[in-house]
Amino acid sequence: MSTSGRSVEADGGAPSFLAANDLHHVFASATPQEHHALGGISLAVGEGEFVSVVGPSGCGKTTLLRCLAGLMTPSSGTVTLYDQRVTAVPKDLTLVFQDYGRSLYPWLKVRTNVDFPLRDAGLDKAERAERVAQALADVGLEAHAEKYPRQLSGGMQQRVAIARALAYRPALLLMDEPYASVDAQTRAALEDMLLSVWATRRKTVLFVTHDIDESVYLADRVIVLSKAPARVIADLAVDIPRPRDQIDTKSLPRFVELRAEVARLIRAEGHQGIATDEVREVR
Amino acid sequence: MTSPTTITARLRDAGIRVAAIAAAIAVWYVLTARADSLFFPTPDKVFTAVWDDWIRPYSTTWSENLRPSLTRLLAGYLIAAALAIAAGIMIGRSRRLGDYVEPVIDFVRAIPPPALLPLFLVLLGIGDSMKIALIATGVFPPILLNSIDGVRSIDPLYLDTANVFRISRLHRVTHVILPSAAPKIFAGLRISLSIAVILMVISELIAATNGVGFRILQSQRQFLMVDLWAGLVVLGVIGAGLNAGLSVIERRVLRWERR
Repeated sequence: MSTSGRSVEADGGAPSFLAANDLHHVFASATPQEHHALGGISLAVGEGEFVSVVGPSGCGKTTLLRCLAGLMTPSSGTVTLYDQRVTAVPKDLTLVFQDYGRSLYPWLKVRTNVDFPLRDAGLDKAERAERVAQALADVGLEAHAEKYPRQLSGGMQQRVAIARALAYRPALLLMDEPYASVDAQTRAALEDMLLSVWATRRKTVLFVTHDIDESVYLADRVIVLSKAPARVIADLAVDIPRPRDQIDTKSLPRFVELRAEVARLIRAEGHQGIATDEVREVR
Repeated sequence: MTSPTTITARLRDAGIRVAAIAAAIAVWYVLTARADSLFFPTPDKVFTAVWDDWIRPYSTTWSENLRPSLTRLLAGYLIAAALAIAAGIMIGRSRRLGDYVEPVIDFVRAIPPPALLPLFLVLLGIGDSMKIALIATGVFPPILLNSIDGVRSIDPLYLDTANVFRISRLHRVTHVILPSAAPKIFAGLRISLSIAVILMVISELIAATNGVGFRILQSQRQFLMVDLWAGLVVLGVIGAGLNAGLSVIERRVLRWERR
């Protein structure tokens, strides 16, 4: 696929790498009520940016990511990557699913799970071995390479899923609430791991979460979504210096201010409409 | 991964099994020795006949009876398994194809396979091809239905993951679909293994010049009751042996599933 001609201009004039234009999606379902998941989302992500997307639970975040990844076609609107219209999963992109337990292949050992996509990407053996070792080291799982996923705890399984995505070295990494079900300490460690990998590789990351602290702590920019049908209600630049630190950054007045702002926006959306679409989306 | 406790547990299990078989043979011996009947020979005579007729090196019966039976059995079984798994993947992946094909499969499956024997006799004669075809036909539906079921019940996230990493079509089948359907495919393979043995014997009882079934029938006609019993023991050993072999393969292939 082409990596040339990155000239599209986003609203702000920044060169856009990934862009969504007026995405709508309606789930036709057997129930009398259709589910309107996306209500006209437009966003642009520049190359090398770390953007987080936060919104009330069930607002359609997963649907948005699936559309961006080319796993599903929105009812209307377009997604472009490198100015190319996304109709199937593009090269140079990957997605870390929320449900790690079902996204790792239980019949493959940890090492093979990480290696498998690389083989199909046509990399030679040495390169693959190097990437797998590096990725497993990044997530601290070198010692568990020869185990099967079921022999690992949930948090470790999610680290394997992340290692698999890191080893793939996509230009665009989409992450769907990857840390939603790991304990707080592991979560902090995984956040910092992601930041340090991002700092060295400077790949673009789009990180979906419902955790407000996390969204601000990680990102250059926080995109806040409304409840379903999801729209962008705010796009906040996180003007906090890097490298960030779990304790120091989170006690900066600017961090506290930003997280309060995001929290207010989300609270204004209300907690009604705890939709069932999260369940429906993963199907 | 095997701790000492599981090893002792396994030894104990094996011990119980051996003891149960020994006890059964002892009861068999006591009953038949008391009855002193021509129709119920004592196990020592039966086992001697098994040794002489089936196992002893250079006994002609290996190439005359056991080998042809096993060849037909395995040929029919393996051909049917390969075709059924391949067809199961195709049908399982396509809802529409399944809608067309499934009623037909259900109908065919409802016909007891031995009833096809007269037809196959007419079409294929009494040779090996008839027997292989009969075994394959009987074995095909359970493997096919289980494969379809296995492929249908794949977690969609496995396929999404394959999509997201742009896994090739071939590898999607060999590395994602097949392994995830494997537990159900093996269930089908296990069911159909006993069907294969049944059909092998039936086809040899009706029209054959060799094979275990033929040999049992021949013994009965010549009133060689010891040989008849020996044939039955051999059949039991074949069935149990094949099952054990399949279990070993299954455990190896599905070792990721073990808890």
